[in-house]
Amino acid sequence: METLINFLPSIIIIVIMFAVTLLIALYSTYGERKVAAFLQDRIGPNRAGPWGLLQPFADGVKMFTKEEIIPASANKFLFILGPSIAMVCCLMTGVVLPWGGELTLFGRTFYLQAVDLSIGILYVFAVVSVSVYGIMIGGWASNNKWSLMGAIRGSSQIISYELSMGLSIVALVLMTGTLSFREIVNQQHGGILHWNFLMQPLSFLIFLICAFAECNRSPFDLPECETELVGGFHTEYSSMKLGFYLFSEYINMFISSAVISALFFGGFNFPGMDWLLETTHSQNIVTLVGVGAYFLKIFFFIFFFMWVRWTIPRFRYDQLMNLGWKSLIPLALFNLAAMAVIEMVKHQHLFGF
Amino acid sequence: MQTSFTNRKQVLEQKEMNIWERMYLPAIVKGMAITISHFFRKPATIRYPEQKRTVSEAYRGLHILKRDDVGAERCTACGLCALACPAEAITMEAAERKPGEESLYREEKYASKYEINMLRCIFCGFCEEACPKAAIFLEEDFAVANYSRDTFIYGKDKLVEKPKQGTKAFDIVKVGRQRELN
Repeated sequence: METLINFLPSIIIIVIMFAVTLLIALYSTYGERKVAAFLQDRIGPNRAGPWGLLQPFADGVKMFTKEEIIPASANKFLFILGPSIAMVCCLMTGVVLPWGGELTLFGRTFYLQAVDLSIGILYVFAVVSVSVYGIMIGGWASNNKWSLMGAIRGSSQIISYELSMGLSIVALVLMTGTLSFREIVNQQHGGILHWNFLMQPLSFLIFLICAFAECNRSPFDLPECETELVGGFHTEYSSMKLGFYLFSEYINMFISSAVISALFFGGFNFPGMDWLLETTHSQNIVTLVGVGAYFLKIFFFIFFFMWVRWTIPRFRYDQLMNLGWKSLIPLALFNLAAMAVIEMVKHQHLFGF
Repeated sequence: MQTSFTNRKQVLEQKEMNIWERMYLPAIVKGMAITISHFFRKPATIRYPEQKRTVSEAYRGLHILKRDDVGAERCTACGLCALACPAEAITMEAAERKPGEESLYREEKYASKYEINMLRCIFCGFCEEACPKAAIFLEEDFAVANYSRDTFIYGKDKLVEKPKQGTKAFDIVKVGRQRELN
């Protein structure tokens, strides 16, 4: 019973986070269409409800009522497993993210974070690596040449860009000294000048580019674009399974934005946090405003993802691979070496200089 | 390189990219600035059906069979429009005018059934040019969308102009419609 009460805040936060993630992913589909429209001098969906706000529900009804087709020669178990893995993995990553500071309710203080793993970043990377299987299995199980090619391209793209992503994070961890998300966010306390993107701009840039590649998002959306391979690895999917694939892409986008905001942009810190704490003497209010600030940053990055998508043409496969292996990995290694030298200079006393 | 004999062929100069171009990033930032400037512009969409696009005077829309100033139908079912139609969309049946119907039909021959298949029609306007009686014209509306194909075969009820008030045809048509309703 005692352990249940100890776990209760985590469980509640997980359930709320689950619902919020799905809701944000749902409205990301609407936001994508609206942002795309405004960037293209037109208005997006505006018929389903005021300003088209009920459009995602119309899409959901469409997805549910379509016929579920499983090709006769497809491997049935794997066909259903593919989108399930994609969905499960992208939802699992959200568990370690710090949504806010401390909250005091009913006499108990708890962090607004489901699980505060001391190896938070490593966990996120591990789960994102497993999500590659979703694409590979989906492409293989379709029994379709083009799906297979889309899956091959997709998986090779993701694993190539994971390397430089990991290297840029190692450079960041060198400076913060910890893998835990909460510690990294707490270290960025104290105004915009303490945020990590100013202290490690190159790491931020590399991580941003790799995040685009991880989400299969333009300009790296070769596995799934319509002009290249019909539908890529999700050609043969229909109705709910296709919905899972499309949804998992938006959830990945949301989680990537959240990770970028937490690691480089100060998470739930906002300028004026200390002033607010002194004026109101209430940690709760500061926490709630911090949650709002975190979500604002996340929405800005989601908008940034969409903004880049509708600006840049997509990379060809060989250009993509060249960029990943020949440009980003050397750059990340150089960044790592430079950061190591800077750390060494900062902690001179430890090295006896 | 061989020089071309015409000046239509464009010789492609493939220069090496300089360091700024190879980085992609300056070009990306410039592109993103252009895109975000479009975000804040007024959209070019015409919100149909609340706003409609203004059409020119020569616009070819839906057909209409006109009446003359005393209210009689001009069409005499001569068949020139059906002959001229490149899509063979017009069909008609002729009938003889009875003694009491002088104010309804202009000449002794009139069209008892006149049908245009709107799905076949290409709105070219040849029927309007071919008509010797100035009976058929193409005006501004376009065909309303519908769910089944047979609703697109427009008969005389949808094609003939409504008679103006004050003409004898107005009273006859109105009375006829009343009789149908009862």
